[in-house]
Amino acid sequence: MSIITSVLSGFVLALLAPVLYRFGRGATGWVVAMLPLCLTAYFSSLIPQISAGGNITESFRWIPSLGINLSFYLDGLSLIFALLISSIGALVLIYAGRYLTGHSHLGRFYHLSGHPHLGRFYLYILVFMASMLGVVLADNLITLFVFWELTSLSSYFLIGFEHDRHESRAAALQALLVTGIGGLALLAGFILLGQSGGNLELSNLLNSGDVIRNHQLYVPILFLVLAGTFTKSAQVPFHFWLPSAMEAPTPVSAYLHSATMVKAGIYLLARLSPVLGGTDLWLYSLTTAGATTMVVGAYMAIQQSNLKLILAYSTVSVLGILTMLLGLGTELAIKAAMVFLVGHVLYKATLFLVAGAVDHVTGTRDVNRLSGLWRAMPITAIAAGLAALSMCGLPPFFGFIGKELFYEAGLTAQSAAHLLTGVSLLTGMLLFAVAWMAGIRPFVGRQYTLPKKPHEAPLSLWLGPLLLAGLGLACGVAPGLVDTSLIAPAVSAIIGHPVPVKLALWHGLNPVLAISTITVAGGLGLFAVRNKLIKVLSQLSNVIVLSPTYLYKRSLDGLMAIASIQARIIQSGYQRYYLLIIFTVTTALVLYKLISLGGLHGAVNLSNIQFYEAGLALLILMGALLSILTNSRLAAVAALGVVGYSVALIYIIYGAPDLANTQILIETLTVILFVLVVYHLPNFSKFSSVTSRIRDALISLFAGGTITALVLKATNVQFHPAISSYFAENSVPLAHGRNIVNVILVDFRALDTLGEITVLAVAGIGVYALLKLKLKPGGYKWIQ
Amino acid sequence: MDSIILRTAASYLMPLFLLFSVLILLRGHNAPGGGFIGGLLAAGAFIFYAIAYDVTSARRKLLIAPYTLIALGLLVAFGSSILSFFQGQPFMTGEWMTLNMPWLGKLHIGTPLAFDLGVYLAVIGVTTTIVFSLAEE
Repeated sequence: MSIITSVLSGFVLALLAPVLYRFGRGATGWVVAMLPLCLTAYFSSLIPQISAGGNITESFRWIPSLGINLSFYLDGLSLIFALLISSIGALVLIYAGRYLTGHSHLGRFYHLSGHPHLGRFYLYILVFMASMLGVVLADNLITLFVFWELTSLSSYFLIGFEHDRHESRAAALQALLVTGIGGLALLAGFILLGQSGGNLELSNLLNSGDVIRNHQLYVPILFLVLAGTFTKSAQVPFHFWLPSAMEAPTPVSAYLHSATMVKAGIYLLARLSPVLGGTDLWLYSLTTAGATTMVVGAYMAIQQSNLKLILAYSTVSVLGILTMLLGLGTELAIKAAMVFLVGHVLYKATLFLVAGAVDHVTGTRDVNRLSGLWRAMPITAIAAGLAALSMCGLPPFFGFIGKELFYEAGLTAQSAAHLLTGVSLLTGMLLFAVAWMAGIRPFVGRQYTLPKKPHEAPLSLWLGPLLLAGLGLACGVAPGLVDTSLIAPAVSAIIGHPVPVKLALWHGLNPVLAISTITVAGGLGLFAVRNKLIKVLSQLSNVIVLSPTYLYKRSLDGLMAIASIQARIIQSGYQRYYLLIIFTVTTALVLYKLISLGGLHGAVNLSNIQFYEAGLALLILMGALLSILTNSRLAAVAALGVVGYSVALIYIIYGAPDLANTQILIETLTVILFVLVVYHLPNFSKFSSVTSRIRDALISLFAGGTITALVLKATNVQFHPAISSYFAENSVPLAHGRNIVNVILVDFRALDTLGEITVLAVAGIGVYALLKLKLKPGGYKWIQ
Repeated sequence: MDSIILRTAASYLMPLFLLFSVLILLRGHNAPGGGFIGGLLAAGAFIFYAIAYDVTSARRKLLIAPYTLIALGLLVAFGSSILSFFQGQPFMTGEWMTLNMPWLGKLHIGTPLAFDLGVYLAVIGVTTTIVFSLAEE
């Protein structure tokens, strides 16, 4: 197995997934989960090599002339992400198979047949998994960008999975627009980065950090890359799309919007740390954005009552913590970031999956209605409890180690250490209360009446959560499982030189332990006064008018308004006005060019015109005149036919049989088409006014005159050496044909022909659709 | 149109038209003709039939739905363009070969002919799609 197969196999399975689902039905989840399981095994087998300081590169030519290769680079940082993506992917696929089989869909339940689009769901989520692997394994920046955009796209489809609900579609579009705009900025940043570093391969750029940091383009590069990563990883003020994305089915929220995709921005920041990091600008922009995000996220989280929204806002908060730690950039901070990242994935994915299971069996996600569930669903309760305690940062869980390191990194920051510690403590307390709300409270105490009588979730719904929560405990009790094998290589990759990592639960009596103790006390206190707190906070929230969501809505509305104004001006809906605009603009442009080329020169030689040529010209003129003078549509069509056939005769006289053939056939067909249309039209009831006739006549004369002048001019002007002699000479030796016209059509210029028949096909389908689409009274309505 | 003369003529002329359109298609590489003209001629044959009888009968004579023909034409044209990949050559490189046919002698054929066949089919498809849809209104 190689890296490229590990990435591309996901796409292949994605294509097969809908077919598999047709045969596999309920078991499909287990079947498709085999791939991420194999990938997990594959990536695990690489641990010894990577932790020994090695890395793997693979490269395939893609567009070598632009320096774009399908190349992959696997080091400690990539490996830790790849393992998380594949292992959680497997658990989520198993979970989703069961979750969506009994999924409520607009109040209907598909217990027997499963969700009608479950096959499609597997397709999207596998595409996502493969793209996400591509992001963290890519070496070439453009390859990375392509996978990056594919994650946004698959996220769009997954958020909008229940596409018959307006909220789903709006949330999907919002996520796509926010991450998509960030993605464009990122592309620009990557291109500049490639230019200033002289290379698009990350493995080379990692060694040219000094060049890039001192480059004049450093500031624009940094801000463009930050625009991409901040939107993807939901940093304030771009965080609002993440809570909206909770419209997605819960397994998707667990996988994309907590464990993996939102970490893509974090991954990229970590990946580019050796290249862009270490400057004051990096330090201040990342710590400011990160610290703001972690406080805002935690502050919003505690005010929610919907289980998924609580978890979503707490994810925002954690993404802020990670950004802040990467901004600090010290060895300790990077170590803290990696430990926190792994710990967060383990507990947050668990809590999301538990939230889904609870929703699944009770029919509600409202924390105020959930209580005492441990009696009905003990296994789920154990998973939730373990995860919540890890999230609280209590020993002996992995979350505790992460939180200790996080506080320590804040305490030892070079500047503003007190401020950072203060906001970290505040965030820690809020997150403690939030964890208690989401993971402990629903399971303890007295049970309330619920929409459905709760029962234990089936195996596939508790397997993933229990495994992940158990891992969180195992890694906490025995941090040796991960510290030198996974964390150390990742930290070394971010720092740029080997860093030893030794994790332990007990650090002795020190200030950090004191802060942890205050966190526990404060967190419990906040949880106790939660309801009063929410009341106060909600009044405070009313003061804030300019929320990012509001701005997003306004700018989207503005965009729509501009589009509709523009459409109203340009799209009159009348054929005559379209023709008017097209002719006027085209001829004006032609005329401008004609005049700028010096106008016409030389007299037209009329001496050797044959009598039959003059006769044809006369025929054309008469046909044209008749077509505008007649009052009958049919006569006008026939007169236009006369014009067309006469033109065909001119082609014959000048020795262009292919053109003449085509012209005659097209003329015939045109007359047939016109007759078919005209047949349905009533007689003219009113004719255009004199003024509009004069206007039309002027425009026609203007257009016709200009084109005549253009033809006369064209015979005198030669911009480029004529290519016709090349075609004539090479037609037989190169293309084995003696008819140059045909050889040009099907060989020399076949690409043009392919384009033309495609356009023809689209036009044909368009006509078919317009004629066959029967509109109901009231017509087409814009689907909101 | 209800004319016995036209109908009788149509049933004899249509096969001739079609045969002629194939001739035009095949000879196109060396003499006036080609897929576009041939396609228009063939479409003309079916339209002629539709005028003499009606669209339903003409559709029946066409055997394949017009829009399927469009797709088929594009597929053939595109497919012939990527055959050169198997020879390790760029997109749309003309590939030629000479076949020894019993009785007929040597036949020199290449991918441009297949491309032209695609054009031929697509043009028939588009033209009949548009004309038949309009005529049925």
